[in-house]
Amino acid sequence: MDNAAIVASGLVKKFGDVPALDGIDFFVPPGTVFGLLGPNGAGKTTTVRILTTILRPDAGEARVLGHDVVTDAGAVRASIGLAGQYAAVDENLTGAENLRMVGKLTHLPRLLIRERTGELLERFELSAAANRPVKTYSGGMRRRLDLAASLVHRPAVLFLDEPTTGLDPRSRNELWNVIEDLVADGTTVLLTTQYLEEADRLADYLAVVDHGHIIAKGTPAGMKAGLGSTVIEIGMPGEGSALLALQALAPLGVQPPIVDGTTVRLTVADGGSALLNALRALDAEGIIPTGVTLREPSLDDVFLSLTGHAAVTDAVPSRSAV
Amino acid sequence: MSSIATASRPSLKERLYWGVSDIWAVTQRNLIAYTRIPEALVFSSIQPIMFVLLFVYVFGGAMSTPGFRYVDFIIPGIFVQTVCFGAVTTGVGLAEDLNKGLIERFRSLPMARSAVLAGRTTADMVRNVFVVLLMTVVGVAVGFRSSTGFFSFMGGVFLLLAFAYALSWGFAVLGLMARNAETAQAMAFPLLFPLTFASSAFVPVASMPGWLQVFARHQPVTVVVDACRNLMVGGPGSPLAALAWTAGMLAVLVPLAVRKYRRAG
Repeated sequence: MDNAAIVASGLVKKFGDVPALDGIDFFVPPGTVFGLLGPNGAGKTTTVRILTTILRPDAGEARVLGHDVVTDAGAVRASIGLAGQYAAVDENLTGAENLRMVGKLTHLPRLLIRERTGELLERFELSAAANRPVKTYSGGMRRRLDLAASLVHRPAVLFLDEPTTGLDPRSRNELWNVIEDLVADGTTVLLTTQYLEEADRLADYLAVVDHGHIIAKGTPAGMKAGLGSTVIEIGMPGEGSALLALQALAPLGVQPPIVDGTTVRLTVADGGSALLNALRALDAEGIIPTGVTLREPSLDDVFLSLTGHAAVTDAVPSRSAV
Repeated sequence: MSSIATASRPSLKERLYWGVSDIWAVTQRNLIAYTRIPEALVFSSIQPIMFVLLFVYVFGGAMSTPGFRYVDFIIPGIFVQTVCFGAVTTGVGLAEDLNKGLIERFRSLPMARSAVLAGRTTADMVRNVFVVLLMTVVGVAVGFRSSTGFFSFMGGVFLLLAFAYALSWGFAVLGLMARNAETAQAMAFPLLFPLTFASSAFVPVASMPGWLQVFARHQPVTVVVDACRNLMVGGPGSPLAALAWTAGMLAVLVPLAVRKYRRAG
């Protein structure tokens, strides 16, 4: 714990009467990627805003690289970067001007600002657009610039708040590659996401957040072993046959199968062989399915198995309610 | 990878140096934005020019301003009215920054806490300098003549800009309270309208009904307009009273805005 890059203990934050965080504890070892996974309003952004000194917690404490986020906020700010859904860039400035501004505001020497600006524009494939106002950038380019802006002063700890929310799959993939490169350089990353796939790809450790609580912690692999890595959905001709199939499939999944109308949902560890076994079991009962889908588990599947309820996205306003 | 920025506690001298450097960085950012949307600057200058033309050529004939030619009476008034409305930009800009998440980024950076506000108000003052310059040219074109000499006229300009700067901090407070730019704009109007029109800017206060005179005579815009008139074309009016209002407003509004900024978001 002493050498942790980030420690949060007992963080509580209320907006009016609405508890956004209700006792959050975790620690992040240096050089690792920690993922906070949860639906909108779960408290992910509030956690990030406390850790980046933007909000003060009502109770509990947090340290970044040993510096208290409340009493030693200046030292925290000097060593962190923040990017994501709310951290932003100035639309009227060019990409290069945005980076230079952040360089000045993080108090880098003039020569270093020029060097870092060029480096980052190159690295994020924005050199060609460097002298165009950000207004003209695509969504993916803006996110890349936003991420670049958070890296100008080489922060040792990087906070990424839903870095790919709203991006198309191609831009998302590009951004993932960039983040992986950063991690390879030794940066500690705390990442919030609504996407299981993203958490799985990027995070070393994962905490699932719901209604201001951490409801599960572990490695993505460990969690997937518990949750299953593939979801098989089998459509049945009627509700009767669906119930029959439920019994036939019960021994196959990592968890009991779920029936939803005429669809049976089975979560398994090994998609291919489980699918064959499932079809054999159905065949033995004489049930002919109307359709079969194989897919990766979604956040909803995780929530369904952890909490018994779907990932509700009712808005505990994380920003505008202050 | 080690962090470049130092995490040690800086001395007072260092903090002062970086504070000024931060303010300058934010000022530059806001000034660049003005050059990127020149149409906004052009259109916001057209309105005061229209006012000059409207009052000098349309209403001017019906106005009675004892002791002044109406054009000499009205130009200092329109100066003050224009910079007052210009100060709204500070609030609108801050509300926009807040809405788009830029303030969020600034708050996570190791920069001076007051620099976002100080940089914004400084940039808006620079813009006001241009607007006043432009309006002086237009004023002279329609017959305005300063009769008090260059330095006295510049004293009036200084007073005008100082008052607008203080007002900017007031609108900064408003902007930080508003949820978005539109709200900030809408909140400003009902404040500014009585302050600028129920003042000595366009007509002599003595021509108003008695109950309105009570307000009009003592509110800051009248005090500043009278002071500017005193310095630019002569007449009654106390530059000292205008300075006192400006200083008083700064003393209240700056800490208030900084407090709002710390808590906004």
